[in-house]
Amino acid sequence: MSEQPRDAWTSTPVIWLRSILPWLVGGVLAFALYRYGMWSESNQGSRLAMPIFHFKILSLIGINAIMAVSLNVVNGYTGQFSLGHVGFMAIGGYVSGAMTYYGSMILWQSTAIHGELFGGGDFLFLGALLCGGLVAALAGYVVGLPSLRLRGDYLAIVTLGFGEIVRLILTLTRPIKKTAEEVSQAGLLSITHNANGSWALDGWMISVGGALGFDGIPKYTNLFWIYLLCFATIIFCYRLKQSVLGKAFVSIREDEVAAEAMGVPTTRYKVLAFVIAAFFGGVGGGLFAHEVGILISPPEMNFLKSVDYVIMVVLGGMGSISGAVLAAIALTILPELLRDLSWIPFLPKALHDVSDYRLIIYALILICVMIMRPQGLMGIKEIWEVRPALWLRAKLARKEKSP
Amino acid sequence: MSEVALEARGVSISFGGLKAVSGFDLTLEKGSLQGLIGPNGAGKTTLFNLVTGVYTPSEGTIHLGSQRIDGMRPHQITRRGLARTFQNIRLFPDLRVIDNVMVAAQTHMKHGLVPTILRTGGYRREQLAIERRARELLSIFNLQGLAGEQAKNLPYGHQRRLEMARALATDPKVLLLDEPAAGMNPQEKLGLASLIAELRKEFDLTILLIEHDMGLVMDICEQITVLDYGVVIASGPPKKIQNDPRVIEAYLGTPMTNEE
Repeated sequence: MSEQPRDAWTSTPVIWLRSILPWLVGGVLAFALYRYGMWSESNQGSRLAMPIFHFKILSLIGINAIMAVSLNVVNGYTGQFSLGHVGFMAIGGYVSGAMTYYGSMILWQSTAIHGELFGGGDFLFLGALLCGGLVAALAGYVVGLPSLRLRGDYLAIVTLGFGEIVRLILTLTRPIKKTAEEVSQAGLLSITHNANGSWALDGWMISVGGALGFDGIPKYTNLFWIYLLCFATIIFCYRLKQSVLGKAFVSIREDEVAAEAMGVPTTRYKVLAFVIAAFFGGVGGGLFAHEVGILISPPEMNFLKSVDYVIMVVLGGMGSISGAVLAAIALTILPELLRDLSWIPFLPKALHDVSDYRLIIYALILICVMIMRPQGLMGIKEIWEVRPALWLRAKLARKEKSP
Repeated sequence: MSEVALEARGVSISFGGLKAVSGFDLTLEKGSLQGLIGPNGAGKTTLFNLVTGVYTPSEGTIHLGSQRIDGMRPHQITRRGLARTFQNIRLFPDLRVIDNVMVAAQTHMKHGLVPTILRTGGYRREQLAIERRARELLSIFNLQGLAGEQAKNLPYGHQRRLEMARALATDPKVLLLDEPAAGMNPQEKLGLASLIAELRKEFDLTILLIEHDMGLVMDICEQITVLDYGVVIASGPPKKIQNDPRVIEAYLGTPMTNEE
């Protein structure tokens, strides 16, 4: 390759534009989706409207995509087997939930949604999401630093244990403070010494509902925020994958000894990958906690949910972002489709109701995919790098050349 | 006396009760090409692992130039200018050929995570520079046409060459080659010998080479160190080594005494 001149393609304004453009496009798309959702809700009779139920699935897809794409940074890029992603999700969800719940109680004396889109409440919400992500990232650092020296099964067990610890600690938290007086009375965190010699912790910081779950979080999450952050996660992880830094991450998965010998600081990069995944996992958890119709509770944040995300990554292909997104879409829709099979043409009526067996079918499909494509649907490639896409591109290029 | 590129003094390591290497001394002068030979199991690869930081020596010191490197992690040693290839090829099989080299070239990269995500101008320029350098290296090894191929799809000989290209991408002063001619036919070995000579001149390298092919070693090395059971049994120029009785003994065994 010859010396690259600083042409128009690499001039400063163009670089700025190319840097910002994907975020803008993502924002506009997310906003369009949000407006379409609003319009659909008020025009349910129209042929162009989608049922509200579909929007619920759509927002679940967005959150699952955030979780799968971020877990992919650890399990896919660096090849470390983490089974505790839901632990970070729970931390992010509870931290941001507590911030918006008690924050709006202190600021506006009620937990109702404050303001429209981009109103005061949304700023509190965004700040809370960021804090949730950061606390989760910090947890990722603390857990990752000692445990990433372990490999394979051992790391899986440690991360699994971490997820369970988070879940069990959450069941021990105090009941929610329902009124502003209670909140101001308890304060942030207080320790009281009882007469019988025992200690009791209180304060709104740890009053997140215990085993019953955290009820009453203001429901700020909507399609706009979900998809904005989903696009942000995808752009972040895609740019990481394309960069030399991301390739160094993958080299750890490929051959750790060789990576180390080529000057890749493997432990540092593994921890970095863990922290990145934990941050976005925390943000995803924050979105989840603020969703309408969701009660974030410890039993929901169990290890099976972590397994779900691992399945999405493995099914989509270790290291493939589009694969993780596709798997998130497929595995979110599939259980819904299997509720009722009447949408399949020519299927005998007797087979329509398979709702009792849907988890079996779901597992069978997974087993079949794993037998036929053990590297996952995409392998490490993206959807535009697989053979049909390459073939199409080559054909288009040929057409361009011939007059 | 000229500058010393790599120096080991009294290096020892034992695994359990086995002393794999003991009291190893080595001086690599800057710009020299030394061979390290010995029968199977003599501790040659263990020695490479000691020098590159995979193992930490239980005794002795290792200096790279003026810096002491024993006890450092492998990536720290690589950053200070020591690179290696592996006896059993260890590429990054799922990565493309060019990515294999680019990962090694990022050793001296300056930008971190944030410019990577924001894709700043500095990031783009550095990324382009790394890619350009990787392509240059590939063309030296005649691999430029395969840049987009996954490394695992390359034939064996190409994989060997790619490993050397990758090691050179870390910008080393000292290069350790672990049996670079393994599995090559005589024709390829000749090509390898001239390639090593060329690289040494072009990149101003100091090379330490493990090799079983005596012809190759005697041809290109100026100094040879012979290792047996973890101990240096001889060292000197090829002519001297060829006639050393202890070396012949290590390789061929003691001559049978006359038996009745």
